[in-house]
Amino acid sequence: MGRLKRKRAGGFAPPRMHHDMGGQPAGKVTPKEHAYADWEMRVDALVMLMRRHGLTVDESRKNIEALPPEQYDRMGYYDRWVASLAQTLIQRGIVTTEDIARKMQEVQARGRAKV
Amino acid sequence: MAEPRFRTGDRVKVVKAYPPGHVRTPYYIRGCTGEIERYCGSFANPEELAQMRSGLPPVPLYRVRFPQEQVWPDYRGERADVVEIEIFEHWLEPA
Amino acid sequence: MKRTAAKKGEQGRYAPLSYFQLMEVTLRELLVGKGLFSEDDVRRQVADMASRTPGRGAAVVARAWTDASYKERLLKDGSAACEELGFDVKPMRLVVVENTPRVHNVIVCTLCSCYPRPLLGIPPDWYKSRAYRSRMVREPRKVLREFSLKFGREIQIRVHDSTADMRYLVLPMRPAGTEGWTEARLASLVTRDSMIGVALPRVPRR
Repeated sequence: MGRLKRKRAGGFAPPRMHHDMGGQPAGKVTPKEHAYADWEMRVDALVMLMRRHGLTVDESRKNIEALPPEQYDRMGYYDRWVASLAQTLIQRGIVTTEDIARKMQEVQARGRAKV
Repeated sequence: MAEPRFRTGDRVKVVKAYPPGHVRTPYYIRGCTGEIERYCGSFANPEELAQMRSGLPPVPLYRVRFPQEQVWPDYRGERADVVEIEIFEHWLEPA
Repeated sequence: MKRTAAKKGEQGRYAPLSYFQLMEVTLRELLVGKGLFSEDDVRRQVADMASRTPGRGAAVVARAWTDASYKERLLKDGSAACEELGFDVKPMRLVVVENTPRVHNVIVCTLCSCYPRPLLGIPPDWYKSRAYRSRMVREPRKVLREFSLKFGREIQIRVHDSTADMRYLVLPMRPAGTEGWTEARLASLVTRDSMIGVALPRVPRR
């Protein structure tokens, strides 16, 4: 009883989502850049082309924000984009998880992909 | 479309709430008081768009200017420094 | 971050595929298979994005430096003023923020990486980094010093956190010693970073 009361009364720290990082301590800004690989540019293109079919930027963001923090930090920008696109397509029923699983196996077995 | 409730120069306070879901109001600015810099137009609610709903009717969006000193009590810059953020009307109340 | 796809030599073939590259190929082939778009559409989209370089932003800035009424329109409605120069920026809503002797503006997106892509292209890695996104709102003067920019006490720093439907471009001040320059020559001084607010246009020393 006493414990419950204490929990309700104080020590309430509202959760902060991992992506919502404004003001958090972080290291020095290093002006790093890289030339985008062709596949990264294609991920960008796929997302933009699907926006014409009604996918919204907020769905993409939601699915990026849902990534586990350690993955969010480890993944590259377009890794996050393509992972989020896959989730969105599944959520919208445009493709199924099974479609993606089968196709990934097929492409991997092929080893090389035509562009 | 709803008429914008605030005008440039109005003092506003950001709602201090922490709902789950996809939200475009940064954590650090919730509960802070600022001034409307401009009304940007009205846009579909991103919290709804993220859940694959229309987000309509459009929600008025404002740029709000906050003194840095107020946002960060330990701010180390100058008194005049500000941060400006776009905030949807349902996240604002008169201050 | 390991990048298995070297930009050079990819030429439509890549082995081994990284997990996320594999996913790119997978989704592309599935979506093309469903008739949502074609491989040609993808190529065109890539080419279109590649054509969006900071040169566009620089042209807008140079025009604003040389034409006061254009500058006024640009500050009032950024997107419409870009369209005037023939840059297709729809559906972006551009807000142009002007540097003055008393105000320096800088852009960040703490929640993701919002950026005026139709004018500046794809954002650089550092713009998307945890360090930049976390710190620029809280200690802008310190972060700007890391970019070798130091501002006096008399200058107000305005940080713009790009959180919703607007996108931002900094209109830097025209450097002294450029009187009589052509627009093209002026544009050559306007770097991408100066339009984000982490650099200033500088006249090269002779």
